[in-house]
Amino acid sequence: MTVVAEGLSKAYGRHTVLDHLDLTVPSGAIYALLGPNGAGKTTTVRLLATLLRPDSGRASVAGFDVVDARSEVRRRISLTGQHAALDEQQTGEENLRMVARLTGLSRAAARERAGQLLERFALTDAAGRRVKTYSGGMRRRLDLAAGLVGEPEVMFLDEPTTGLDPRSRQAVWEEVARLASAGVTIFLTTQYLEEADRLADRIALLHRGRLVAEGTAAELKHRVAGERLELTLADADAYEHAELMLGGRIVRRDPARSTLEVATDGSGAHVRELLDALDPGRTLVERFAVRSSTLDDVFLEVTADV
Amino acid sequence: MSEVLVMAGRSVRLSLRAGDALITALALPIMMMLLFVYFFGGAIETGGPYVQHVVPGVLVLCAAYGAGTTAMSVANDMAEAVMDRLRSLDVSATALLGGHVAASVVRNLAATVLVFAVAFAIGFRPVASPGDWLLAAALIAAFVTAMSWLAAAIGLLARTPEAASGYAFVFAFLPYPSSAFVPVETMPGWLQAFAAGQPLTQVIDSMRALLLDRPVTVLGAAFVWCVALGLAGVAAAAALYRLRVKRA
Repeated sequence: MTVVAEGLSKAYGRHTVLDHLDLTVPSGAIYALLGPNGAGKTTTVRLLATLLRPDSGRASVAGFDVVDARSEVRRRISLTGQHAALDEQQTGEENLRMVARLTGLSRAAARERAGQLLERFALTDAAGRRVKTYSGGMRRRLDLAAGLVGEPEVMFLDEPTTGLDPRSRQAVWEEVARLASAGVTIFLTTQYLEEADRLADRIALLHRGRLVAEGTAAELKHRVAGERLELTLADADAYEHAELMLGGRIVRRDPARSTLEVATDGSGAHVRELLDALDPGRTLVERFAVRSSTLDDVFLEVTADV
Repeated sequence: MSEVLVMAGRSVRLSLRAGDALITALALPIMMMLLFVYFFGGAIETGGPYVQHVVPGVLVLCAAYGAGTTAMSVANDMAEAVMDRLRSLDVSATALLGGHVAASVVRNLAATVLVFAVAFAIGFRPVASPGDWLLAAALIAAFVTAMSWLAAAIGLLARTPEAASGYAFVFAFLPYPSSAFVPVETMPGWLQAFAAGQPLTQVIDSMRALLLDRPVTVLGAAFVWCVALGLAGVAAAAALYRLRVKRA
């Protein structure tokens, strides 16, 4: 296990940000911490990356304790935060060379390493330009490159694609996948379910400082109904009637849109039987649709009653 | 040590690229010197050409403005994501702050040279032996180093770069109640005690004595003040840095 957290807690004054967080990340995995704004994602990353001290609990990264062996941890990780950690008034190359020098490389080695990374991230042409002239996508690429200077074992990526256009997002995803296949453990946070679904081997759902679910995307989707029948009711009366009839079988309700969802196996027989029982007069249900669960469903379900 | 050099190189590069800010920082002390020499100087009795009197004061004022820049650049770093990267690279506080201070000293010494150059052009004629020049240079270096550490501490105390620049304004005010521009004896009695005793007066009087071949009386006190203020700055910066990082 490359990242292990046990009972990690952090509060600011009376505001609890993280509440006894336990998690383990196997080495070489892509692990996604998924949650809305304010769930505690950034705090978790900062604790694991040794920038914050936990109030209680303990954590280790690459086998070293994040409090007692801070320097050992720092030598093996890199952190790419939500905001590009670059000097606007330095060029792309100067930023990378500075980071390389700070990781202990000689002047010549730093120049070489910077050159390699600029090429790998398709920034060679922009190497001599100040970062303030870079686009959002270029900044993010340079930021990732800066995170790779020290060849980390574990990379923490805090919302690596927030605010990026679809193409830049795609480029970041590809790079993350490539790093993982090269054996780097990736710990990323995201508020996009699609991103977690697409990239991560394991996903943890964080809600108000607590882990509310954890597993592979398939496992999580399986926790809620795999297939769903979405019914659009004719009017408010029909909605109320249907809600009463279906009772506990409802997995999701949306009165504003007059829709209800119930679990189904997706077979014609089941759908027909359900519709006949619910609506013998054929006036209540206006439309129906069968769909597979998404991580959205999982998220809404596990956070509904917390 | 190489960490400090890398961080100092970064700070120097960033200040060279600050554009307008750099020009303002260099031009302001010169403007102040011209203002005092040509507008106010005629009315101030110092027993000789006013430019001879005012140059050491302008050097100190210059260091005080420089402190504002330093406080702001430290506060800037603390407020930005780049701080997380530097910390996660395990860059020590010594290197982070030492780099700022080193760059601050370089900036200030460059400004000092510029002030001297303009002062010569407008009639400043120092009378000093090479040994006196060396002592004067050592004193100004000690003074700007002390101011830079205090400025770094202020940059850590302030929550925003704007606040840092506001706090540092105290430094830019302190030369006025000192022997920088007008003789202390012309001030009201209650102010004289402060003006005569405060560290800037010791530094300025010593510079004046060294550069104008007058009896050097308070040089020891001036150096002691610089070392004391510098150490206070280092201690305050270290403590504030720990606080900031712990609370972050």
